[in-house]
Amino acid sequence: MAEVLVAMSGGVDSAVAAALLVEAGHRVTGVHLKLADVPTDQQVPGHGCCTLDDAQDARRAAQVLGIPFYVWDLSDTFRREVQDPFAAAYAAGTTPNPCVTCNEKVKYAALLDRATELGFDALATGHHARLRRDGAPVSAPGAGVELCRAADPRKDQSYVLYVATPDQLARTLLPVGELAKTEVRARAADLGLRVADKPDSYDVCFIPDGDTAGYLADELPGAPGPIVDTGGREVGRHDGVWRYTVGQRRGLALTVDPHVRRFVVDVDAPSRTVVVGPRDALACRWLGVDEASWAVGERPVSGDRVRVQVRAHAPAVLATVHLGADDAGWRVDLDEPLHGVALGQAAVLYDLADRRCLGGGRITRADRPAGLPLTTASR
Amino acid sequence: VRTDLDHAATTPPRPAARAALSRHLEAANASSTHTAGQDARGVVEESRERVARALGASPHEVVFTSGGTEADNLAVCGVVWADARRRRHVPHLVTTAVEHPAVLAPARWLAERGDCRLTEVAPEPDGTVDVDRVLDAVRPDTALVSVMAANNELGAVNDVASLAAALREREVPLHTDAVQAVATLDVDVDAWGVDALALSAHKVGGPQGVGVAVLRRGLPVEPLTHGGGQDRGVRSGTFAVGLIAACAAGVEEAVADRTALRRRLRRLTDRLAAGLTALDGVRRNGPSDADRRLASHVHLSFDGVDPTALALALDRAEVAGSAGSACGSGAATASPVLEACGIVGTPLRLSLGWTSTDADVDRALEVLTDLVLRLRTGTAVVG
Repeated sequence: MAEVLVAMSGGVDSAVAAALLVEAGHRVTGVHLKLADVPTDQQVPGHGCCTLDDAQDARRAAQVLGIPFYVWDLSDTFRREVQDPFAAAYAAGTTPNPCVTCNEKVKYAALLDRATELGFDALATGHHARLRRDGAPVSAPGAGVELCRAADPRKDQSYVLYVATPDQLARTLLPVGELAKTEVRARAADLGLRVADKPDSYDVCFIPDGDTAGYLADELPGAPGPIVDTGGREVGRHDGVWRYTVGQRRGLALTVDPHVRRFVVDVDAPSRTVVVGPRDALACRWLGVDEASWAVGERPVSGDRVRVQVRAHAPAVLATVHLGADDAGWRVDLDEPLHGVALGQAAVLYDLADRRCLGGGRITRADRPAGLPLTTASR
Repeated sequence: VRTDLDHAATTPPRPAARAALSRHLEAANASSTHTAGQDARGVVEESRERVARALGASPHEVVFTSGGTEADNLAVCGVVWADARRRRHVPHLVTTAVEHPAVLAPARWLAERGDCRLTEVAPEPDGTVDVDRVLDAVRPDTALVSVMAANNELGAVNDVASLAAALREREVPLHTDAVQAVATLDVDVDAWGVDALALSAHKVGGPQGVGVAVLRRGLPVEPLTHGGGQDRGVRSGTFAVGLIAACAAGVEEAVADRTALRRRLRRLTDRLAAGLTALDGVRRNGPSDADRRLASHVHLSFDGVDPTALALALDRAEVAGSAGSACGSGAATASPVLEACGIVGTPLRLSLGWTSTDADVDRALEVLTDLVLRLRTGTAVVG
């Protein structure tokens, strides 16, 4: 039996995670994190994870399970560590993954430290990922743990957990990663939890209506600039580079040749320039990565063959890593070019079997085919 | 066994209240004209008389509500709206920054929708409200002044009688939220000379879900609930006979027991405060003059102690205190009252009531003395 703190978002996954831990005989305490301060009139029931309804759902699940439950207000930390950097990253022309940042700075790593400080043996979450020790599922905290893809491949969230270190994984429990989502819902229904059929949340939790551009327009000053093609010709105007992400095709509102299919191939914040081009111009054969974080004790070495995933829910593709002397400025060479690699996203490495997560980093540079007027990589 | 040091949140029902509630749970509708209805109405009216006697008011001035919040809302909105209608103007409302949200929220809501002009008087650093500061805020168009009898967090007691006398000269009515005060202060509507007063039964040993608004004769009040016209049309809705009877029994018992309870709690809270302030970096907040603070409340600041860890650790030790009031989601939030008073450090309110004993104080001292040290040295509090 271990003392386990479980982070309960108000969703079905974390509620069932808590239930499984109780069943396993652990002493379980629930905590709901108040992260974003979403104004009451902008809260959309069932969307995002920061509404009063979610706190209420988490509390009710804890009551049904008979575990103590607390709400911790981390909205200041969340604003400072996640929301502000999210807007700043878009303003800088990159495409951040706020869930990765949140796991690293607030929800997972920081909460785990806090749980440990308070005397808890482990932190559990409702993330869909599996932990393995000597090939067997992990049911109690302890060293020698590997982070692996979830039982339900479509729900796998190991991508956003790559920031977990071996030491942190030793104090982590992810009970629902062993179950398919349908099984999670069935367990919740069996337990009489009212969140059993609560819809999954796909949105960024602090933007419950899904309108990222609208959110950023409120957060950032207007910064109009040109949209150019790969030859440098102006083909449209924009009112802020944050409305664009590499690979984007919709909503470009081009004024020159509006019917020609074009994609955002580069975003240059300093010159406020958005570059559009054909799909081929998106082809990327290597990634430059910074801020490495390793989930495995034995780090990869240069020349290792791996799989790399460059955004949530993308397939992991074959690649070779080239590591530098430190954890900054390393490189991943892709066997086949990838289209739509956005700077700011995480490059997460998996073993060749695409089962075990090795770690990853933030994409800070990316190859673009020669001849483009602007490549962030060349500056 | 749990140690309850959160009586200001709710205190256990007194035996007379329990008995009254179960005796009258199956009462008929007190507005029915048949004999059973008349019997039920008899219970309501007898309860009204008992509450009036206990509070120094006339039975005609007692309105039963769903609790303290409704009573406060009725006084604040009801008086402002009635004055707006009578004088055909936008009335001015004076209240204080340390009021309970049951007063402050309707006041701000009225101001936001343009139904009143609002002045919020700042408190003194000890949480009390200076009478002259309040009087300075009063204008010719002031329809109501609302100042709490005692603050729910700090237990700071206000000089309501002096304020009422001064306002009487200016012909401005005074409402007082006496929710925290009734248990240990000699609340007397006549003697204080207030025009409206709010009370909550469960803070003195009655059941949750019932309260009292005292509204003096001659004070125009616009009703908030419209319907069958019960309680002189000021508060429509079927009389909750069982709750009303239990409220009266609880209030009556609390008032009869009050002088003895005050003496007992003063000794217990002083012992508790002395034991805790003997620790480094622990301060008692609120007025230093014993007559200006409730005998039931001890409000403390802890330096170098994490608030969430303190709340978790206290709960694990089965000591119930208040580490902050909860917002809608249930997170402990920074208190606007403490901010207004410039109080820093991790806050903890320990509040005692009619069931409190020396053993409760012993347990609290033992647990907190240990916890403060552990939390400061980063020693685990779980496991």
